[in-house]
Amino acid sequence: MSSFRAAPRKGENFELAADLNSEYKDKRKDAIKRVIANMTVGKGDGLFPDVLKNMQTEDLEQKKLVYLYLMNYAKTQPELVILAVNTFVKDTDDPNPLVRALAIRTMGCLRAEKIIDYLCDPLQKCLKDDNPYVRKTAALCVAKLYDLKPELVIENGFLDQLRDMIADSNPMVVANTVAALSDIHVAAVAAGVPKDEFAITTDIVNKLLVALNECSEWGRVAILNALSRYEAEDSGESEHICERVVPQFQHANASVVLSAVKVVMIHMRGINSENVQRTLIRKMAPPLVTLLSNPPEVQWVALRNINLLLQKRPDILSNEMRVFFCKYNDPLYVKVEKLDIMVRLATEKNVDPLLSELKEYAQEVDVDFVRRSIKAIGQTAVKIDEAAERCVNVLLDLIASRVSYVVQEAVVVMKDIFRKYPATYEGVIPTLCANLDELDEPEAKASLIWIIGEYAKKIDNADELLGIFVDTFTEESYQVQLQTLTAVVKLYLQKPESSQALVQKVLNTATKDCDSPDVRDRAYIYWRLLSTDPGAAKAVVLAIRPPISIPRTTVSAALLDELLGEIPLLASVYHKPAETFVGRGRIGADAIPKKELADERLAAQKALQTVAAGQQAENLLDFSEDATNDGQPSGLAATTVLASTPAAANILSGTSSNPLDDLVSIFGSANLGAPPAPQANGNALAGLGVGGFGFGASPATPSVLQPATPVVPPTPQAPAQPQQAQDDLLGLF
Amino acid sequence: MISGFFIFNQKGEVLISRLYRTDLKRSIADVFRIQVVSNSDVRSPIITLGSTSFFHVRINNLYIVAVTKCNANAALVFEFCYRFISIAKSYFGKVDEEAVKNNFVLIYELIDEIIDFGYPQNSEADTLKTYITTESVVSTSIAAEESSKITTQATGSTSWRRGDVKYKKNEAFVDVVETVNLSMSAKGTILRADVDGHILMRAYLSGTPECKFGLNDKLVIDKNERGAGGDAVELDDCRFHQCVRLDEFDSTRTISFIPPDGEFELMRYRSTSNIKLPLRIIPTVNEIGTTQVTYVITVKTNFNNKLSATNVIVRIPTPLNTTSVDCKVPLGKAKYVPAENVVVWKIPRIQGGQEVTFSGTAKLTSTTHRQVWARPPIDVDFQVLMFTASGLIVRFLKVFEKSNYHSVKWVRYLTKASGTYQVRITVSEKIAP
Repeated sequence: MSSFRAAPRKGENFELAADLNSEYKDKRKDAIKRVIANMTVGKGDGLFPDVLKNMQTEDLEQKKLVYLYLMNYAKTQPELVILAVNTFVKDTDDPNPLVRALAIRTMGCLRAEKIIDYLCDPLQKCLKDDNPYVRKTAALCVAKLYDLKPELVIENGFLDQLRDMIADSNPMVVANTVAALSDIHVAAVAAGVPKDEFAITTDIVNKLLVALNECSEWGRVAILNALSRYEAEDSGESEHICERVVPQFQHANASVVLSAVKVVMIHMRGINSENVQRTLIRKMAPPLVTLLSNPPEVQWVALRNINLLLQKRPDILSNEMRVFFCKYNDPLYVKVEKLDIMVRLATEKNVDPLLSELKEYAQEVDVDFVRRSIKAIGQTAVKIDEAAERCVNVLLDLIASRVSYVVQEAVVVMKDIFRKYPATYEGVIPTLCANLDELDEPEAKASLIWIIGEYAKKIDNADELLGIFVDTFTEESYQVQLQTLTAVVKLYLQKPESSQALVQKVLNTATKDCDSPDVRDRAYIYWRLLSTDPGAAKAVVLAIRPPISIPRTTVSAALLDELLGEIPLLASVYHKPAETFVGRGRIGADAIPKKELADERLAAQKALQTVAAGQQAENLLDFSEDATNDGQPSGLAATTVLASTPAAANILSGTSSNPLDDLVSIFGSANLGAPPAPQANGNALAGLGVGGFGFGASPATPSVLQPATPVVPPTPQAPAQPQQAQDDLLGLF
Repeated sequence: MISGFFIFNQKGEVLISRLYRTDLKRSIADVFRIQVVSNSDVRSPIITLGSTSFFHVRINNLYIVAVTKCNANAALVFEFCYRFISIAKSYFGKVDEEAVKNNFVLIYELIDEIIDFGYPQNSEADTLKTYITTESVVSTSIAAEESSKITTQATGSTSWRRGDVKYKKNEAFVDVVETVNLSMSAKGTILRADVDGHILMRAYLSGTPECKFGLNDKLVIDKNERGAGGDAVELDDCRFHQCVRLDEFDSTRTISFIPPDGEFELMRYRSTSNIKLPLRIIPTVNEIGTTQVTYVITVKTNFNNKLSATNVIVRIPTPLNTTSVDCKVPLGKAKYVPAENVVVWKIPRIQGGQEVTFSGTAKLTSTTHRQVWARPPIDVDFQVLMFTASGLIVRFLKVFEKSNYHSVKWVRYLTKASGTYQVRITVSEKIAP
């Protein structure tokens, strides 16, 4: 049979047509198979009439193949499809239920206007068929029809018929009916139909609960989904639903288990008794852990959802940290999720095994995983005060390995630890400084410079160290330039006698030779501050920063509740509301090849618009990255400010990115809208380049910059900030 | 739900393409090829572009891909992909490009049957085989009666079993297969040791048998309750084939079911306490200067000496710049495999209570800059028959049937590891003598 797949030769269609009309049955069937093979690679639509001739056959397999062909090409040949109608209608009366079901299933998929009118009568009949197999197929066919022509479904009363079928004696029919009604419900909501086409009543819930234990695994998922939409009347009813759903935790299919978890999480909210809630949560834990023995893809979905569940109920898996230890051969996406969950589960009690694991991971070869492991060490230090010292020791061990990226990441992480525990680990500073030459990444450099500046008073050769960076000032990235500038000013304010020359030099270079408006602006502001009022400069630049902490949630409480109601849908995997990736406003992947062909300038413009519209996070091609990164707070993103003033959030992000960090306090909570250039991506840079000349005005305008919109998680590095600022720029432009 | 289902080969060529909903175009396959197949850095099994999400699972040289345009149930989609793989396996053995190409008509027929309008339908391979066969079914009036029976059964509450099964000899085989997950630090501390248990059953029983199954288990939901209860094995969790009545298990802890005909997985469980590790690995790895790494690796069998471990394969990692390895083993064969940077030590059989030691020296080429060696763990695969690491024992299997026939039951136990039994190594450095 593999020969069917060979590239079509010249005149193959002619040959096939001849074979399709052959007098020998076998030859005809073989020809149909070849046609289907060609269809897979997108060829062979010229044979419609010839294939159609083979539709009337006793051979079920051949019939299926012809139907498959019809479904593919009905849209392109609507006039010819009409020729098939008679056979279809006749087939729906066939004594063989498989044939009846096949006919009704295929008719629903043809999607040609002309055929639809012929569909209603047979459908009516099939919905009442004696055979459950036909009925369950007909139920889904109603959803297909609704997708094509909703008014026909309503006119013919199919919806009411479906609602009646929820009481069918066959569980599979019930399951498909529920699936069809849910599908129609979603379509109706999307189309803006005000009426709830699938209102779930107490009566329906009881029927569903009965069917739940009997139907197939996929049917259970459909029923559990419907149950999650029901609003229980009182605590007793919620409890009853949970009780009936809990046995599903033991199902072998992960999607059944997770859907059951969702129903319980939703209906648990309505239960008054603390005790019952606690019992439910306790029953949930072992099945969740068992999900980790599934294949990696399913594991990943489970891990993402466990991550969400932990944000709502941190106690749920408190004894289970070890099962999240990474296996050497886990795929990276699984490892990364496990890391995040381990940090969430870290407590004073289990921190020792965790740290030894993290240290182990930090010596593996995958650079990305190593970096994340080191970040996790930092997060653990910030999270658990008692363990901070042990974390620092592990970091020092890692720094001693002198592997470049390990050292750099450790330096970045140390900076966070200094933010949380100022003045506790000053003894480490010499070790960090000793690795100065190893650093070549901007973030690591900037972090070390920040540390030097912060502790300038205690570092004897601070001026020497900073001098190195001042000498190469113009060659450094903006992020490093900004930190150098601030650090030198800090040094000057603390040790004016020894660093007069250095501060002069850096201010000179920054204002004259630097091409970043950010850096120039900051240098000017420092210059003016220092020359007019050194006291004020001290108050601003050396202000005490609020300590940082690990956020308990990565999404807002309201969104968290919404997402828990969407376990294990895509939304809960991405930790993002569904509107951000489905719906009318989105561009489908269909459009991508077209876009690639489009004029480059047009594409650039489009990209800018996307940025301006604040949809950067959803930027088409970034998404794959985003999916794994999302919810994996990196570096400072993992830490948030205790004080929730907008300014505080800015100060925080300032330590690594916001160029105006030290200045912000001047203006109190009135924010300065200065887009941090270094972290912006390609698009944002394009925006900056364009907006460069108009930029000077921007810091003066009290900008619309917000630390976080209500639904966006309070992660300071979230793209929200630069985008908003970009918005301003584009306006100016 | 699922809008499209595709199978791609490694080059990104479409082998199977089936659209279930009209919100997709066939050309969507090109997008997947560009974004996933030709992208060397895919770091997530789900890729969402705009509102189109691609779920992919890799098997052998194939990509099994489901495409959705909505907020789809991610767990369901992946479970479905894996179900497709297992159905394909049961129909034509292995799932690779060759098999897909040779069976594409059958695959189209199957994926049409197991998904309708994007919703998975009956996907029990056993039932499917009754009406989707490799030989063509001719529809006659007799077949109509037959298919009426089949369809009723396929949608009924025991969709996994035909009603008219008959055997001369009624037998049931139970296999308890335990996979041990071990992660041990170089110092011998157990970081993680647990058992994934599978209870596989082959039921050749006539009629509609009602089975009850009992183990020496004790399901522990709350860890504080642990400790009491004699020889009962503590299971952290268990999950069952869909034939097991979950509500009954929930209320009375009895495992009762009407089994599918033939082979199926009755139950999976997980146990973390009192795990008996069948093999102990004691590694000593020394780096001598920059030119040599020496290994002394001892394997001790830790079970009754009437039993034996078979197919033991110890994979010992070597540095990337290894040129050759001298191995000495008292038992089995050891060979350096440069492509995988490991020494593979195969021991066909080793009795319980024994101890064998591998000693070897890896010679390294001198490199200008030292490459980082990740020091992967030592990995051990093995099988031990009639041994369960968790201590689980089948207490009883009772079969009740209307005709009251006599049935014979067999129980086997197997503990194994493949790729999950890992012992980490530390390399201590020694100055070259």
